[in-house]
Amino acid sequence: MIAFLVSFLSSWLVPLLVAAVIIFGLVRKVNVFEAFVEGAKEGFSIAVRLIPYLVGMLVAIGLFRDSGAMELLVEYLSPLMAGLHIPAEVLPLAIMRPISGNGSLALLTEIMQSSGPDSFPGRLASTMMGSTETTFYILTIYFGSVGISKTRHSLPVGLLADLGGFLVSVVVCRLAFG
Amino acid sequence: MIGYLWAGFICIAILLAALKGEISAITPSIFKSAEQAVTVAFGLIGLMAFWLGIMKIIEESGIMEVLKKLLRPLALFLFPRVPRDHPAMSAILMNMSANLLGMGNAATPFGLRAMEELQKLNPCPEEATDEMCTFLALNTSSLTLLPTTVIALRAATGSLNPTEIVGTTIVATTCSTLVALVADRIFRGRRVRS
Repeated sequence: MIAFLVSFLSSWLVPLLVAAVIIFGLVRKVNVFEAFVEGAKEGFSIAVRLIPYLVGMLVAIGLFRDSGAMELLVEYLSPLMAGLHIPAEVLPLAIMRPISGNGSLALLTEIMQSSGPDSFPGRLASTMMGSTETTFYILTIYFGSVGISKTRHSLPVGLLADLGGFLVSVVVCRLAFG
Repeated sequence: MIGYLWAGFICIAILLAALKGEISAITPSIFKSAEQAVTVAFGLIGLMAFWLGIMKIIEESGIMEVLKKLLRPLALFLFPRVPRDHPAMSAILMNMSANLLGMGNAATPFGLRAMEELQKLNPCPEEATDEMCTFLALNTSSLTLLPTTVIALRAATGSLNPTEIVGTTIVATTCSTLVALVADRIFRGRRVRS
């Protein structure tokens, strides 16, 4: 049932939505193409304004990963995980998740291939991946697009949510998958 | 705060590479990431244009009014100081709907549009407002009901039941969003107003 719903939605949702919006627009006598172009114009300037912020953030994250600092961090945190009975395989993912979307997707793929998607680490990693967002990327582009440099408590809030999502994933996967 | 973290990432990385005798890896890493950033931004241009175009049709045809009525209690609770008819509210609601439906590539354009409108309500353009922080709390904690990317990856790696993690993901993401909203309220209250 869930499987059907998910596959149905992931292939039908966008086409249906686009068609419905355009048809409804026509019914309401909106000049749909003109309205579309009017709205689309703003897309370019917003995306271009992001570039400096993205360059800054991606360079810092790339350096942190390529220099081996990320690995070192994982190594230091491993004993803590073992104490909490969390499989060691998922720790790099937990640390990478808030920092880099592409990086965490690569780690998730690796866990799926080495442990198998239906293993406990595979299921836990899947749940963790879906339960939070790439906090750094979101903060960078959302605040960057409007030029805000004082982000107040947004970073700690985002990281706390990541930690919460991680811990709840562990508990709920233990309960659901044993 | 992000500034210190940014500086920390870079300085620690360079120091570590120097200690390990791998300093030659630093320069190529910088250039690779800088290029990648522009690729990401350019990839966003088309998506932004398309979804903001669709959003304009939604606004002009009046569907937005229906959506606003439906989600009004939630919006009033989360963003009490954003005027109901302000364009920021439309963009926030579109962003939340896209997130819930697992349409990540549509959520970002709506989210950035919302930030632009929220910025117009901001008396101090360099500093985030309470509303922006709450909005970011929602977005960084993710609201997804359908983790589409993960399901696709599970199927591709031979899972017998790719969707079995939908239930656990919904529980975990609900909790992470609650943590974010509660933390947002607590930290906001402690702020020293200047």
